[in-house]
Amino acid sequence: MNAVLTTEAVSKRFGAVTAVDGISLAIRENEFFALLGPSGCGKTTLLRMLAGFESLSGGRILLDGKDISPLPPNRRPLNLMFQSYALFPHMTARANIAYGLEMERLPRAEIAARVDAILAATQLESLADRKPDALSGGQKQRVALARALVKRPRVLLLDEPLGALDKKLRGAMQLELKRLQSEVGITFIVVTHDQEEALVMADRVAVLKDGRVRQCGTPHEVYERPADRFVADFIGVMNFLPGRAVADGVEVPGVGLVRGALPTGLSAGAAAVAAVRPERLSLVAPGAPGPDNRIAGTVAAIAYHGLDVQLHVACGALPAPILVRLTADAAEASPLEPGTPVTLGWAAADSRIFAERDTSEEPTR
Amino acid sequence: MSDASTRLALRAVLAAVFVFLYVPIAVLVALSFNEGGLPTAWSGFSVKWYVSLASNSAILLAAGNTLIVALASTAIATVLGTLLALGIEMRRSRSRGLEALVFAPMIIPDIVLAIALLSFFAALDVTMGLHTIVAAHVVFNLAFVSAVVRARLKSFDWSMVEASADLGASGLTTFRRVTLPAILPSVVAGALIAFTLSVDEFIIAFFTAGAGRSSITLPMQIYSMLRFGITPEINALATLVIAVSVVALTISQRLNRGTIGQ
Repeated sequence: MNAVLTTEAVSKRFGAVTAVDGISLAIRENEFFALLGPSGCGKTTLLRMLAGFESLSGGRILLDGKDISPLPPNRRPLNLMFQSYALFPHMTARANIAYGLEMERLPRAEIAARVDAILAATQLESLADRKPDALSGGQKQRVALARALVKRPRVLLLDEPLGALDKKLRGAMQLELKRLQSEVGITFIVVTHDQEEALVMADRVAVLKDGRVRQCGTPHEVYERPADRFVADFIGVMNFLPGRAVADGVEVPGVGLVRGALPTGLSAGAAAVAAVRPERLSLVAPGAPGPDNRIAGTVAAIAYHGLDVQLHVACGALPAPILVRLTADAAEASPLEPGTPVTLGWAAADSRIFAERDTSEEPTR
Repeated sequence: MSDASTRLALRAVLAAVFVFLYVPIAVLVALSFNEGGLPTAWSGFSVKWYVSLASNSAILLAAGNTLIVALASTAIATVLGTLLALGIEMRRSRSRGLEALVFAPMIIPDIVLAIALLSFFAALDVTMGLHTIVAAHVVFNLAFVSAVVRARLKSFDWSMVEASADLGASGLTTFRRVTLPAILPSVVAGALIAFTLSVDEFIIAFFTAGAGRSSITLPMQIYSMLRFGITPEINALATLVIAVSVVALTISQRLNRGTIGQ
């Protein structure tokens, strides 16, 4: 597939601090791409470098094969939707949206037609003559989106686009953004710290930490096959069982052998951690033949979530209780209360094994 | 004391303060319309002192000079003060020293500023006149304009400037279409304050006007007329100055109130 936007070993240093440390990414045509990471991971700095608001300390940014790194923001065919929306308060929604087209010196009739079209696509027609102060948060967000989209950029950059909305609206807007993206056929790069948002919206996700890409892949890949312990911990919920690597898994003190495939580069004897998602665990009868891995404990807490039930199971030797997600039906089948002894089981194929300490977390000298 | 009597006592104090502040001004305004011209006896309403004011060439000259000085120094201080405010607020790191330097002309006593400017102009061997008064007034007006504009810029969303650039605007277009409209109320308010300050400024103008009578300003003219006692004409003149100041300050406050709500 064709890459629209490519970053080649892009770096940004602020004095002694390296905010972005040699990031190379290839973003494809019509892709919904998410830059995901905790605060301070460099994702916003990278986005601002793409838009042209931060200079590069190293590397290049290519758009359709051409180096755009030296261009100022107003000469880049990219648009950024700001986290604060940055709407112009003295202009109506319509004037805000038309602003970018006026800068291109397009004929009046064309500006009016394109503004009307985007107002319709974002369901803003009835609000077109209101000023930002008279709009709700969700409406402002749509105006900001329309203002950027109407320019038909090669790539639309979105900085925490749903960050300022309340939870319910956020869910609706996630799908709305995805619908708009496929409708207009523009490549979207969205920055978010919300892993759930990234998984729902994006075609591909790059997980960033300390200015580097830890993993880049589809939501399914980063969730099911996390590249390292950090990604496994950051995306979704994960139970960790620390121990020492052996040939067919991890020997966990107080628990025994947890079976699973060792990742390449991890040899027997090294410090390692076995990981398993809460939804991969099930309750097994103590004596029954069953899955490859089993672990005994007692129920510490039960949390009812409607669709499913979450159990916190204390297992003697483990530092933290193990989290188990059971479907409501499975939970009803076996009456549970705090203190009930249970045995948890899972398949070796559902175990993920990582080196205990990420080599990339070692201080570099 | 009961609540009611406390409230009564507080009201009495408040009334006394207002009497002290505004009765002299009210008397002055009233006397400017006193037909007889004596400060002791009311002999009927008349605008004849305003008429005689209008035919007094010395006063007209001084009024014209004041208008020139006020307009010129306001125009220069508004442009420079706005740019100064933008420059300071745009800097990523703030230096306390710079802030103090910008505020200093507001705090330094007028008499100190006046002597300093006089020695400065003398050292440069500049012929003094209206232009030196204008330059001197720019010094303190700059501080006031930049203070008012900076207050507005504190709540300015700088990402709007980036958004404008992102949408394809040049720096100048961004200033003209985004930054200036957003801060315009504070710029106008700052200009009105500067104009008011310049109109009734005496000490600095007195020191920097030079020797000739041709560059005398209104406050200087009023001061020289006082040597012959307070004439009803001065009352009329003072009333006009008050009217101009009140109108300018009222507009300025209205505008600033508007910006805070945004």
